[in-house]
Amino acid sequence: MDESLAPLTRRAVLTGVASAAACGGLLLRPAHATPAMMKEAIHRLIGEAPVRKGKVTVDIPPLVENGNTIAMSVSVDSPMTETDYVKAIHVFNEKNPQPDIISVHLGPRAGKAAFSTRIRLADSQNVVAIAELSDGSMWSDTVEVIVTIAACLEYN
Amino acid sequence: MARTLVNVPSKAKRGQIIEIKTLISHVMETGYRRNETGAPIPRDIINLFVCTYNGTEIFRADLHQAIAANPFITFFTVATESGTVEFRWTDDNGQVETASAKITVE
Repeated sequence: MDESLAPLTRRAVLTGVASAAACGGLLLRPAHATPAMMKEAIHRLIGEAPVRKGKVTVDIPPLVENGNTIAMSVSVDSPMTETDYVKAIHVFNEKNPQPDIISVHLGPRAGKAAFSTRIRLADSQNVVAIAELSDGSMWSDTVEVIVTIAACLEYN
Repeated sequence: MARTLVNVPSKAKRGQIIEIKTLISHVMETGYRRNETGAPIPRDIINLFVCTYNGTEIFRADLHQAIAANPFITFFTVATESGTVEFRWTDDNGQVETASAKITVE
């Protein structure tokens, strides 16, 4: 066997194995978002308005096995009338490659300020939801989620 | 582009708050993964979902890479009148998928 080719072959085999076992390869991990990037993303969407804790409830299991699909529900305590309703709900994360998760836009016709979806998380981290009310006030909730198998970021 | 599944109650009382459930099959490729040769797989996600009720927008969502494959979204609306609820998903390539459901309000 040609000695100089041996390491290359071995690497190719390892890469193959890593690709086969989804998420196996930890090479070339893209830079993660940071809590600072999350703050930046929040400022970009809602400006400098003060955000208070309360009214918002984020429902995610605190311990999830598979970061690729995590059920998440967000609800906001609001009467949803013509004069007092939730305009938007934005959800952010700290450590995925990008800090944004979802922004939903509602109106009084929603009847109930709540939605649910399935998200991906690349690591154990905080998830923050911010609700924008019709009077301009901002309310938030933060939930810590522990992820045992991170969402697939690298090799298929 | 994709298969969709929507669930809207076929009948409702006027003023009743109804739950709408939607699902679309889509890879939601993040753009951060690489294929077996090491080349990056280009980003391809559904970035916009809009729901209209008899032509009026009642729900809109901007989606990002952190939404899991085959986006599943549920939300609420008030049953105001009989008619059609329409759904529209738009992906990064500008492809649009639509679905609709009839509702009878008594």
